[in-house]
Amino acid sequence: MSESTAASSGQAWVAAGQPLLQVSDLRVQIASRRGIVRAVDGVSLEVPAGEAVGLVGESGSGKSMTLRAILGVLPPEASVVGGQVVLDGVDLTELTNSQLNKIRGPRIAMIFQEPMSALNPVMRVGNQIAEGPQVHLGMNRTQAAERAIELMRRVGIPDAERRYRSFPHEFSGGMRQRVMIAIALSCEPSMILCDEPTTALDVTIQDQILRLLARLCKESGTSLVFVTHDLPVVAQICHRLAVMYAGQIVERGTVEEILTKPCHPYTLGLVRSAPDVDHVRSALVPIPGSPPSLIDPPTGCRFHPRCKFAEEDCTVTDPPLRFIDAGRATACLHFERCLDELRTEGADL
Amino acid sequence: MSALSIAGAAETAERARPRRAHWYRQPALIAGLVLLAIILFMVLAAPLLTSYNPDTQNLSATLQGLSSRHLLGTDQEGRDTFTRLLYGGRTDLQVAFLAVLFPFILGTVLGSVAGYFGGWVDILIMRLVDIVVAFPFFVLIIALVFVLGPGQRSIYVAITLVGWVSYARIIRGEILVAKRQEYVLAARSGGLSSLRIMGRHLLPNVITQAIVYAMSDIVQDILAIVTLSYLGLGIQPPTPDWGTMISDGQNFLTTHWQLTTIPGIAVVITGLALSLVGDGLADLLRPGQS
Repeated sequence: MSESTAASSGQAWVAAGQPLLQVSDLRVQIASRRGIVRAVDGVSLEVPAGEAVGLVGESGSGKSMTLRAILGVLPPEASVVGGQVVLDGVDLTELTNSQLNKIRGPRIAMIFQEPMSALNPVMRVGNQIAEGPQVHLGMNRTQAAERAIELMRRVGIPDAERRYRSFPHEFSGGMRQRVMIAIALSCEPSMILCDEPTTALDVTIQDQILRLLARLCKESGTSLVFVTHDLPVVAQICHRLAVMYAGQIVERGTVEEILTKPCHPYTLGLVRSAPDVDHVRSALVPIPGSPPSLIDPPTGCRFHPRCKFAEEDCTVTDPPLRFIDAGRATACLHFERCLDELRTEGADL
Repeated sequence: MSALSIAGAAETAERARPRRAHWYRQPALIAGLVLLAIILFMVLAAPLLTSYNPDTQNLSATLQGLSSRHLLGTDQEGRDTFTRLLYGGRTDLQVAFLAVLFPFILGTVLGSVAGYFGGWVDILIMRLVDIVVAFPFFVLIIALVFVLGPGQRSIYVAITLVGWVSYARIIRGEILVAKRQEYVLAARSGGLSSLRIMGRHLLPNVITQAIVYAMSDIVQDILAIVTLSYLGLGIQPPTPDWGTMISDGQNFLTTHWQLTTIPGIAVVITGLALSLVGDGLADLLRPGQS
């Protein structure tokens, strides 16, 4: 089974430094009418202090569920059935909700995909930013309001004093996402989880928001877990990357390694199906087929029905995530074939 | 390159919001508000509009017809009917507004708790709602007041015990939808307590539905109060009230029609005014459904 391998090999994921966040062998199941969905199936992840780690994969691969499980805000029908989420030596999965409430906000915060629906429509944005400091940092109304205005300035909202009293619908999408960032930063967390924060924004705004996020996190030394399906976005903001497929991590490494030398056919497919501005490619290559059902996943490697390199053994062996280089891991039994294919295409490896 | 034009279009679409409904564009609301304002003025300014005391009997001037001295005549004890009408409205409206407040609060709290926490709390509260709903509104109220004994306090208790279920249902339904919204997830992710999320984030988003319902509920409450008083279970004499006036005047219906008819019309007009305001508010606060 892959669980033991993934859990134990997690230690070698980062060479130096104690990781701020260590997720090991996390399992999340969702009860549905048709059966139990194994949405997250043995995910291990480490985030060192001050670093940005990307988590990419297509819709339904379990990225968002992983984030929500880390924070303990899963939907009622989903539950963590195994694994640990250790933040600064504390296992979050063992805390009660009220204990978690002291950690969410001041220690670890989250930014959501859709800034319109993630802001309370009937509450002034300033009050929404000021709420965290009031609850967690023990500030009074005036102090919290001052802090909110200062945060609004930091995230680049012009005319902050006046905008403090605005409602979310009076803001554009980009400005709303700036408000979300201000809320996330309001209690100075050491880690921010981002759930596709730029997906709902148009491309120009996307770039501004990413730069802002990267700058603010660098300034305050905040770690990021950045979930997205957008490879260029990951390349812009993250140092390390984990690729998720069907609830499992199939490949890990630095962003550059993964984008130039993908060692899993799924990653290869992802890279090829993403438009690349720098290298004019004749056509985008889609990955054939669709993601498997997580109620009854395929035996062996979960990607084998869609994989052109699939062999007999892929259909029976559940491939463990194994290290092929320092900090570089793949769950493909025949990862050399990806590299071979790239070489035949003339890539310089 | 094309990304830029798409970005532009997305920005415009995002800014385009439905036009806000204005209160002055709602004829029903205006009519209701004007009517209600007149009624409220008349009952509140009663001492200025009439020189009589509603309880002072004048046995030498009983059962008089309409005249300039007694605008709507006098009743069997010589009390001025117009004066009693105004002071009776005072009592009934005051009791009705208070009587709508208690079930509103109780129903909202229990509905929020049921909707937000779900599980056995939800089952418990909603089964309680089912039990209350199984009985007809008036029958249950009359039975409760009968058991509790006549009087204003019993009216409040009975209406609260029976009326909260509608608010609980409305608020629970709204909370069930609202708690799935991402802003609630965001609030939970920000480490806010359940109490705070319910009170500061969910309730302000769902309370309008309960307020709209309260406006139509108050009509029902006025009718209930008048009915109870008519049956002698509600407001006790000598406190003036429309229900008592209707029932007392009944004995003289063939000779002195105004004693029953006038307070009856007052109930109808007040109910109409409140209904119009309720409908208007509903249209205003739920523009999508108007």
